[in-house]
Order: sequence, then C-alpha cells, then structure tokens
Amino acid sequence: MDEMIYVAMTGAKQTEYAQTINSNNLANVNTTGFRADLHAFSSIPVDGPGVETRVNAVVESYGTDFTQAPIANTGRALDFAIRGDGFIAVQAPDGSEAYTRRGDLRENPGGLLTTGAGHLVMGDGGPVALPPYARMMIGGDGTISIQAIDQGPETQSIVDRIKLVNPDISRLQKGEDGLFRLPDGEAAPADSNVKITSGSLEQSNVNVAKTLVNMIELARQYEMQVNVIKTSQENADTASQIMRLG
Amino acid sequence: MNQGLWVAKTGLDAQQTRMAVVSNNLANVNTTGFKQDRAVFEDLLYQNYRQAGANTSQDTILPSGMNLGTGVRIVATEKIFTQGSVLQTGNTYDIAINGRGFFEILRPSGDSAYTRDGTFRVNDQGELVTSAGFIVQPGITVPDAVETVTIAPDGTVTAKQAGQSSPTQIGSLQIIDFINPAGLQPIGDNLYLETSASGSPQPGTPTQNGLGALNQGALESSNVNVVAELVNMIETQRAYEMNSKAISTNDQMMQYINNNL
Repeated sequence: MDEMIYVAMTGAKQTEYAQTINSNNLANVNTTGFRADLHAFSSIPVDGPGVETRVNAVVESYGTDFTQAPIANTGRALDFAIRGDGFIAVQAPDGSEAYTRRGDLRENPGGLLTTGAGHLVMGDGGPVALPPYARMMIGGDGTISIQAIDQGPETQSIVDRIKLVNPDISRLQKGEDGLFRLPDGEAAPADSNVKITSGSLEQSNVNVAKTLVNMIELARQYEMQVNVIKTSQENADTASQIMRLG
Repeated sequence: MNQGLWVAKTGLDAQQTRMAVVSNNLANVNTTGFKQDRAVFEDLLYQNYRQAGANTSQDTILPSGMNLGTGVRIVATEKIFTQGSVLQTGNTYDIAINGRGFFEILRPSGDSAYTRDGTFRVNDQGELVTSAGFIVQPGITVPDAVETVTIAPDGTVTAKQAGQSSPTQIGSLQIIDFINPAGLQPIGDNLYLETSASGSPQPGTPTQNGLGALNQGALESSNVNVVAELVNMIETQRAYEMNSKAISTNDQMMQYINNNL
C-alpha cells in the first residue's frame, strides 16, 4: 500500500490539532489577561528503508503571544492591569510560584488576595493578606496601601507590595492550568520597573482578525490534505483495475 | 471526534452566560441599591500531547511541546460593590448608605438577610420595614402621633411627638459590614445572604470604623454603568458570532471529509 495516504492522514490530523489551538484562542477572546497560543508545523522525515520521500507534518505549540492587550477601565479598586512587560506572581495550587497577567483581584474570607481564577497573589514574602480596611489603593508599582477601619483618611499605611516580575519570556512555559512558569521551579526576582494601572483590566490579546484568517487557512489546508487522501485512493483503485486487466 | 468543535462550544456557552449577566445588569439599571455583576472568564485546562523539554536523544531536547487548550468557562459572576449615586427623594424613611455596609433585614423565615436598598416604610405596628414588609434590624418602632422622625448619619433615630417640646431618641440603626462583600449570595428582592466566602456579619455604628454614613431622604441608585454594559453587549455578541463561525468551520471540515472519502 502506498504510504502517501498516511502522510496525508497525518497532515489532516495535525491540522485538526492546529484548528483546536485556534478555536481555543477564539473561545478565550474575553478571558481577562489571556495570552494567545501560537502554533507551527514542523517537518519530521520518516526514517526507514528506501528513499526518504516521506515527510510528516507535526504541529507544535510555538509558544505564546506575549504582546500587550488593550486595557479597559473598570473603576474597581481591586482591578489592575500591567502596562508593558511583566507578570503578577501567584501561588499555584501545588504551592509553587507561577505567573499570570490577570489582575482581577478579590479578597477571600481569610483576607487573602486572589486572582479571578482563585490563585493566591504573592507579596514581598508569601501571599498578600489584607487587614480590615476602609479604603484601599494599589499603587503604580504594586504597593498596596490602606486606610485602616479605625483610622481617619490622614493615616495611610502600606500593607504589602504585589510581587511583579519580568522574567525572560522566551523561558516561560504555559502550564496545563494556563499559568506561566519558569523551568525547574525557578522563581523570578521581583522587578520594580514593572508598571501597573489600577482600576483597569487587561483584556485577552487574541487578535480576532488573525485568528479568523488562520481558521479559514487551516480549513482549506485540511481540505487539501483530504484531497491528497482521495487522490491516493484513486491511484490505488486505478492500480487494482490495471491488475484486473492483466 | 473533532476537539475544535467542543472547544468552540465552550466559547458559545460562556458568551451566552455573559449575555445573560449583561442583560440582567441592564434590566436592573433602575433598581435601588442594585450592584452590577461581572462574568469572570477562565481558560480551561490544557492537554499536553508532547512535553516541551522532553529528551529527543541523550543530549537534545524538544524546544517546544504541544499543548491543546480545551476552551473557556465562566468561573464566577461577581458583584461589583462600587458606590451607586445617591439620589435625593425627600421621603422620611428613605435611607441611603454612603460608603461600606448593609442594612440587616429579618426575613419571615426568621433568618437575616442584608441589603443596600433603604426604601423603608412604617407598618401598621409602627415598625420600620422594607418595601416587602420585612422588619429592619435592630427594630425601630415609631410612636403614635409623631410629627417628625430624624435619622442622623450615625444611625441615631429621633422622633418629635405632638405636644412635646424636644425630640426623643427612639432607637439607633446599625449597619453590617463583611470582609468580602463580593462573597455574599444574592437571592433577589435586593437581598443578600451571608456565605462562608463573605465572612461573618460585623455590626457597627454608621460612620465609625470605616463604615458608611446614612443619608435620610435619599436612595442609592443602581451602580450599573449603562454605556459600559452596552459595549459589553456588543463585545459579547461579536465573540458569540466568532465562536459560532469556528463551529461551522469545524463542521465544514468534517463534512468535506465525509463527502470526499
């Protein structure tokens, strides 16, 4: 049997995977701080006896698109967005440090700050805890200051500073929970150059036009690969007809 | 079968839920003390097909792996407790809280609920009740033949009866604070219930310890920002269309293979 059909089948299957990555980006077009996943095809030659004529296409996550997304104003004191490069350090469920761009914070009943996805936000030394307050504000470098409930507005006290980091993005990997991590559990040092805007949220950076064009391209690519399967089927049919003639 | 179909379906689901949240906000644009909801999106877990960094030989590793995302979900709808604007009504028993805090209401079932809606009235017993007739806690009873009732910003309620030269104090209103108001459970009728996420109710005197002040003759209007909600609605609708486009494209791919093989 001709191996051409397997090469085409692999291509069609991998295109489906790429379409899944693309659909996932579209599904997350409204997810706060979401970073789009990129995909790429790489060619894997099929080794073996005979001439190397067959090359399979294999899709791989080509990393993440880290471009800045639009910032939308919400006016909520616990919302903030990072301007430019940088990440918010959070505690992943397994206790390790991970990074995210979503700054839609909330307070849990223990007074600890979490992101909208429920991960504890890290401060100077461990998760940020807020004492009871009358008003709170997040400064441009992540400093959290509050007016304690038994104090007047003239006494502002600094509680903690949200750990903002700026690791080398080429080393960041997106985990299965959508959080970013450095390899081998390494923790990035806090960086005071990361700037934030409070009362705003960064939206998803999925480029809708690009994603829709990608979707069309992948669909056509898929049709071409199906056509190759079909052609190879026709070739096989013709070959068996010749055998019958003989 | 085709995973992309299901991923796009999660997108449709989430956008539809968000549309319900936006519509509910818009429907309550005139509800006294209403706090707008926000749908919180979260990406679903990623499936790892090929691990980045896995060894391809003794000394080479895969530079990038393959992780397929499985879509999106709405992880929460949270109330945004920003202050709504305070409107003057002039009614004696209309009270707005300017700042943190909730009124405590005794429900007919005997448990407490909390509200920001200060549209209070007096019932036939002279008790201060909500517009649904539930008694405000701590109970205030307005005596007969009263001329004026004054509610001070710190909750002190005084009444001047006919024939008296000076007003007398008939009680004081307390307001309740929660460490995490966003954790309260809305049950409709402008009421909220305490949950383990909100923390336990902490009663206090208005204007003290960071609590808000009471404004007599005023009501807090809904904090829904109409323009923002309309923009949200447009965004939701377009995102919905895009995700349905993804479904039809995935469908066409399946159709093509069915028709041609």
